[in-house]
Parts: sequence; structure tokens; C-alpha cells
Amino acid sequence: MTLEIVKPGLATSVQDLGRPGYFHLGIPEGGAMDRYALRAANLLVGNPEDAACLEAVFMGPEIRIGADCILAVTGGEMPIKLDGEPQATWESFAAKAGQVLSFGFLTGGARIYIAVSGGVATEPDLGSRSTYPIGALGGIDGRPVQPGDVLPIGAPNGAKPGWSVPEELRRGPGSPAELRVLPGLYWDRLTEASQAAFFDDTWTVASEADRMGYRFKGGRAMEFVDREQPFGAGSDPSNIVDGCYSYGSIQVPGGTEPIVLHRDAVSGGGYFTLGAVISADMDLIGQLQPNMPVRFVKVDMSEALLARTERRQMLAQLRQSLAA
Amino acid sequence: MKTRYTYGGDEHVYVEMDEEMSLDAFFKSLSMSEAVKAADIPGVREICPANASFQVRFDPDVTAPDDMMEQIKQLESQAEKAEKRLTTRIIEVPVYYQDPWTHETLMRFRERHQDPSGSDLDYAARINGYDSAEAFIEAHHSQPWFVSMVGFVSGLPFLYQLVERDKQLQVPKYLRPRTDTPKQTVGYGGCFSCIYSVRGAGGYQMFGITPMTIYDPRQETSYLKDFMVFFRPGDIVKWKPIDRAEYDRILKEVEAGTWAPRIAEVEFDLDAFNADMDGTNAKLMEALNDA
Repeated sequence: MTLEIVKPGLATSVQDLGRPGYFHLGIPEGGAMDRYALRAANLLVGNPEDAACLEAVFMGPEIRIGADCILAVTGGEMPIKLDGEPQATWESFAAKAGQVLSFGFLTGGARIYIAVSGGVATEPDLGSRSTYPIGALGGIDGRPVQPGDVLPIGAPNGAKPGWSVPEELRRGPGSPAELRVLPGLYWDRLTEASQAAFFDDTWTVASEADRMGYRFKGGRAMEFVDREQPFGAGSDPSNIVDGCYSYGSIQVPGGTEPIVLHRDAVSGGGYFTLGAVISADMDLIGQLQPNMPVRFVKVDMSEALLARTERRQMLAQLRQSLAA
Repeated sequence: MKTRYTYGGDEHVYVEMDEEMSLDAFFKSLSMSEAVKAADIPGVREICPANASFQVRFDPDVTAPDDMMEQIKQLESQAEKAEKRLTTRIIEVPVYYQDPWTHETLMRFRERHQDPSGSDLDYAARINGYDSAEAFIEAHHSQPWFVSMVGFVSGLPFLYQLVERDKQLQVPKYLRPRTDTPKQTVGYGGCFSCIYSVRGAGGYQMFGITPMTIYDPRQETSYLKDFMVFFRPGDIVKWKPIDRAEYDRILKEVEAGTWAPRIAEVEFDLDAFNADMDGTNAKLMEALNDA
């Protein structure tokens, strides 16, 4: 069984749940930007939750199906067509050998996850099939898919069409999208006025928004507490002695446009970070498009942990509803 | 030095040993991150040491954040008492300074530089008080360097020179980062040298290029069969200036799988180094003669 890429879309790549354990060498965890959507897509087609899928951003690919199989598409909203016939998102459907899967224009979110029963079975690197182009790891030769690529698919697993994720268990961003942030790291570098402005302002997603990080614009420029720059930090007040970056951490080079580091984050650098988006809201970032309005919402650790528990409960419900 | 503990979201504890860079801060960060590893605290997923700080990624569902931070804090006094001694390796890394490829690149991004009239090396020499680029290059390679952090992308080493504070070379980063840097460029920013492991964006000044592959995801390079990343924190590096002919020769041998860097096992003791820097460095570099 194979899937043949006829048209690749914008930047469609093989992703699973990533390769944790190598960030200390500058190799990020990677994996699906929206991990919940990837898990849901896999469960719909009877795969283990961490099987590899195709992640497509803003624009869907065109794919020729190599053998009869079960497919599901989750994440953002994009009309699905199988040989031109519409199919529902968040629902498994059957495809026959030779049919072509294609997509209409994106109507909600930013990224879709295309799961196939058996899972994408390209060669893993460091324990994961996730594509990381900078380090040439995962996927096919470490790059997004290209026309003519033939993706190997694992053995079928008895999945059935017509499985569906209940409406209340689908999650996408609101408008303005709200991203909860735990202040920390180098938060105290900012003046009180800038700390307040960061949460008061409405930001918009900038065009530089990819797997490495999302940039935001439109808020007030930030001011820093005066200090003599420490030895080795560099002369700009937004510079620090190069340190590690947390996943979800928010750096603001020059104090102008915040960047939230995401799955393919650089592991460190010399910019101050003001805190991090909480783990429960990382998936939402993967569904943000350029120009969407965004508010950052200040939370404390207990609120962050409560949100994390809610996400875990939602995942448990998802598993239960698809366990039949 | 004043240690600062903070959270990076709900999955990271971030520990800064000191705001400024020093070998003391680096050693404390390294020994504390080793202590955290050895303590085997449930829920710890990854430990990332950096120049003067380190980060622990953990699962807050296994160990609550407050508990995690408390357990890490308790390891600080142990790290302070630890011997500032390291069994490590010194590696000779060939560098072709003032090479044509980084020169072409720095000319292409000249409008992003502090001084568009000269090269990165001319600028670095001038602001550090050297008469010529050649004199600056001499200062860059005559004394060894510590790999104080591996990261950014794909096994890129940050290096800190083993000299007194007043002899440290310092240069700012580009005003605006470049969108391109040749693979294996030897760069400089703040008080750190680096080797760009892969081609890509970068903000450090560019001084030269090494023919030595330091990241190979296919693991075809003879000395990267065990792992795709060459450097680890604590490695010591001695730059060896080479000319075009030698660069071409080594590059060919790396590609043919017949070249390997000169490496020697060495002991580094921070107190001994502080007491006699020239003597310690001379001994470190001598070890390479037998390699």
C-alpha cells in the first residue's frame, strides 16, 4: 500500500508525535503542530495515536490512493473530495485503489492532518518519522513531500468508515484567539508598563508563522528596565547571554514583535524571553493563520495546570468515544 | 554569582547561574545539570545545559512544578562543592580564515552590518584594538576554547575562549540577521565563537570556514558513525589555521571517509587553570602532539 503525492500543497510533511530527547543538541522535538488533531485522526482510522500522518498547512495536497484503505482528516476545516465526491472532516471514510484525494479552500484553522489506516511508514530518524527540514531528519530525505513521492503505508488494521469525533470534542481557536501565558524566564527585564501592555494589546499573527515559531505584530513596542548589559550578553537591551529556549517561550527581539517558539524551535539563543504559552494552548497556535487577531491571557501556574488537566480529560473522552 | 530559578511555562524549570558569562558560571551549570541527571527525579524528560544556565523539561503530571523546582534547588549546594574538574577531549579544528565563501556571503548582506565598508574580520579587529585582521586571527586561534553549549540548530557548538576576561574578544551580532550562512562557517557573536552546523540564517560575524563536517544525519562521515552530532558541552577546541590547498585536501578526505580530526583525552581543572592559564593551555595543546 502506498500514497502517491500528485500535488504537494504548500508545505505538506510527514509528522507524528515527534522525537523528544535531543533538544540539548539543538534537535527539537518536532511532530504535529496540533497534537490533539493528529491523535484524533489516528484514532479514527484505527492507528496507534502516535502513528505518522500528513500535516498540510493552508492548502491541501492531491494524493493518489494505492490500495483500498480508510482515511480521516482532522484539524482545520477544509472541504475534502474523493474523486470529486465530498467527504466529512473528523470522520473516517473508505477510499479505493486509484482514487484521488483532494481539497478545497481552507475555511477554518490552519493545518489539517490526513491519517490513513496503517499509518505513513517512511523510515524513522532518532525514533520518529517527523519531518525536520533544517536537520534533514524524518519524512522523505528530511524534506516536505514533492510531486511524485510515493509514501509507504503500514498494514491495514480493520478500521471502518463512518467513525466520527463528536462536535464537542473538536477544538479550534476562537476570535480573537486566546493564548494563555505564564509569565517567567526573563519577565522582569520588562518595565511594568510593558508587562501590562503585552496582555492589554490585541496582536495579529504576522506572515512569519511556521513550525519553528509564530511571530505577532500590532502591539506596543516594549521597554526594558535599565541595566548595564552583563558581560557576554550583547549590547541590545533585549539580549542575554545565550541560553536555552523553552517550547512555547516568547522572545521579543529588539522589543518589537513577539515570537512564540513552537515544535521545530531553535533550542537556544541570545534573546530574552518573557514567559511561555502554557502546554494546553500549544495545539491552538498550530491552527492560527496570518492576520488573525490574538490576545495573550495572563495565568498563574495553578491555572496552567488546571487547563492541562482539562486537555487530558478531553483526550480521555476522545479515546473513549472512539474505543467502540 | 547569584542563582535564579524560574519557570518556562508549565513544563520547564529554568536555572540561571549568573547573568554574565564566566567559566565559573559554565562549570556550575554543567555540574548542576549533571547532578539533576544523576538524581533521576521522576518526570524529568530532558536536561539542556547552556553557557551560564540550564533548563529541565519535565512532566508536571508526574512531579508537580513546585516539587520539581524544590528538588532541583536542593542540588545546588552539592554542585557548588563538586570538584571543578573534567575529563574531556581536546579537538583540533582546521579553519580556513578569510575564505571566499563567507566573504561572498558577507558582501551580499553588507547593508545589515555595523560597518558596510570592510569585512567582518576587519571590523572585529578594529573594535577589539588589533592593528590588522591577521593579528586578530592570531588571537582567535592561539588559545583554546571551551564548548560551553550545543544547540540553536543541529549540534551547533558555542565556544568560550580560555583566556582572562580582559583578553576576551567581543563583537556584536549583525544589526539584522542574515538569511544565509554557509555550512561550517566559523562565526562570532558577543563573547562566543560558533560553528554553523548547517547552512541557514544567522546573526554572528563570519571569520572563516572549516572543512570538518560536524553534523551528519545520514552518519556517513567516518567519525560520526556513532552519532550524527560531533560536539558535546565540555569539549575543548583548538583552531588550526589552514590555507586553501589544505582546505581542499581535507574536504576531499572528509568526503572520501578517510579524514578524522586530531583528538586527545585531557583533564581540565578550573582552579589549576585560574592559577596558571598559560601553563594550563600549553599543556592542553601539547596533548594534541601525541594524537
